[in-house]
Amino acid sequence: MAEDQGDPHHQDPNRRDFIHIAAGAAAVGAGAMVAWPLINSMNPAADTLALSTIEFDLTKVQQGQQVVIKWQGKPVFVRYRTPKEIQDAASTPLGDLKDPQPDAERVKEGHSQYLVVIGSCTHLGCVPTFGAGDFGGWFCPCHGSHYDTSGRIRKGPAPKNLVVPTYEYASDTRVKIG
Amino acid sequence: MSDHESTYVPKTAIERWMDTRLPIIRFGADYMALPTPRNLNYWWTFGAILALCLVIQIATGVILAMHYVPNTELAFASVERIMRDVNGGDLIRYTHANGASMFFIAVYLHMLRGLYYGSYKAPREMIWIIGCVIFFLMIATAFLGYVLPWGQMSFWGAEVITNLIGAIPLIGEPILIWLRGGPAIDNATLNRFFSLHYLLPFVIAGCVVLHLWALHSAGQNNPVGILIPKERTAKDTVPFHPYFTVKDGFAIILFLMLFAYFVFFNPNALGHADNYIPANPLQTPAHIVPEWYMLPFYAILRAIPDKFGGVVAMFGAIGVLFILPWLDTSRVRSMRYRPSMKIFFMIFVLVGIGLGWCGAQLPDAPVVPGMPSFVLFDGALNSYLWLTRLFTAYYFAFFFLIMPIVGLKETPLPIPATISEPVLAGGDAMTAAAPASPEKKG
Repeated sequence: MAEDQGDPHHQDPNRRDFIHIAAGAAAVGAGAMVAWPLINSMNPAADTLALSTIEFDLTKVQQGQQVVIKWQGKPVFVRYRTPKEIQDAASTPLGDLKDPQPDAERVKEGHSQYLVVIGSCTHLGCVPTFGAGDFGGWFCPCHGSHYDTSGRIRKGPAPKNLVVPTYEYASDTRVKIG
Repeated sequence: MSDHESTYVPKTAIERWMDTRLPIIRFGADYMALPTPRNLNYWWTFGAILALCLVIQIATGVILAMHYVPNTELAFASVERIMRDVNGGDLIRYTHANGASMFFIAVYLHMLRGLYYGSYKAPREMIWIIGCVIFFLMIATAFLGYVLPWGQMSFWGAEVITNLIGAIPLIGEPILIWLRGGPAIDNATLNRFFSLHYLLPFVIAGCVVLHLWALHSAGQNNPVGILIPKERTAKDTVPFHPYFTVKDGFAIILFLMLFAYFVFFNPNALGHADNYIPANPLQTPAHIVPEWYMLPFYAILRAIPDKFGGVVAMFGAIGVLFILPWLDTSRVRSMRYRPSMKIFFMIFVLVGIGLGWCGAQLPDAPVVPGMPSFVLFDGALNSYLWLTRLFTAYYFAFFFLIMPIVGLKETPLPIPATISEPVLAGGDAMTAAAPASPEKKG
């Protein structure tokens, strides 16, 4: 470029740098605009998101038992708790809990015998076994998490309590989940 | 060694025509004539074995994809159809499934060879790092492929492993849903896993090209670990072909015998019976274990009581390999001349096997049944949980403490000046007298 030095049309190097940077930025922006629809197409499709609510008849559960239903591809536990199990859950001091939450917040008022939780261990998503473990709730066979009769994590690697899904009582014996 | 001059002479008119347009025959001929250290032992044959493994996996995989249906309703049945109805389908599938295990046996031995002989040290860092990328892609590909038969282990393996990503604070959950294509593992997940399982082997093949390019640029390491001086090239190297094509070929035959044993006589020995049960999203198998080649990393995951911490440790166990060239402070490559490091290396190999063993056990189970024990923090001392933690501690200490410290403290044994010196006892006196006379050697 030495011969350009005396040329009156010699360009200011700052202008050339600007063009390089602007062109590079435009290419990166265009690349991102092309990539985004491709990435976004991997998000849940409309029909997947449209998975609606389900209703469940509570008379199907016996006291001291649970029924597993499938909602949005995940298991949901509906557990009819015995008075002793409710008493155990309600009397646990919050200080003993890894993810403190009173039992009353995890059931609907006046329906404390029915516990509805998503049956995926909050550690890595296995389905915990009913009635097993040190606290009478559930025990996850994969990595040894123990849940109590309120579905709260008590021991093991799971960080959170079993998730209570959004649900409401359609009548005294029917719940609508979702 | 990369700067060796081309000795290829086109012999026919077609070769001459080709040579001025696309010198691909020259490329192949130069590759075969590559000066290779003459002292390479059988630990150096795993590169060729791994190339064969990749070819076998791609060839059988492309055929299997012609018969497989990536749909949650049909996947399991389509795999059973391959096993029962497709001509030779059972052998093709068993070759592909056991081929994955063979691939990992070979890659672990290949990596341990690199570790023992210091093949990751300057000027070969890029060979090692690309190798680590290939290893990571292999793990990803193997995991994706294991999901495809849509058995119980497939489904719950996918559930557990994708949940690892959900452990990342804040952004984990949206990424998890994006990755699965829905709130749970379902058809969208299976479809994309199939797509990626088909894609990644070709990405691996691309990385293998880079791996070899870097290898031929920096030159091969050798058991003595010294760089071969330019004036010694003729004495200390031999052409790749026929010397190492034959040696690699012999090792490949031995390896294929092991491969054939599993495919023909024990095809399900390395798998899990639970994967012959169709996937059920409502019931987890009593005992989930990954395939054997992931057990050490799975053990590390379980050893950490915190969910995110476990995920970090597990990925860290692979990630640490990438920075290995900068953790080792020793200037001696080969552990042949590093008496203390050699012992730590042997313990490391045993710890790796121990981690794999622990990964297959229930964490709460006692290591020595019946031995009295006490609870330390969150588990009995006499349990696989604490044994795993001990091994995990050694795994990381090996890289972050032992490698840097031993490299500085250790007094290495005297290193031979040439690779022929240890062979010709008493030293290569002839060479010492007349160092630069390569033409005599032809």
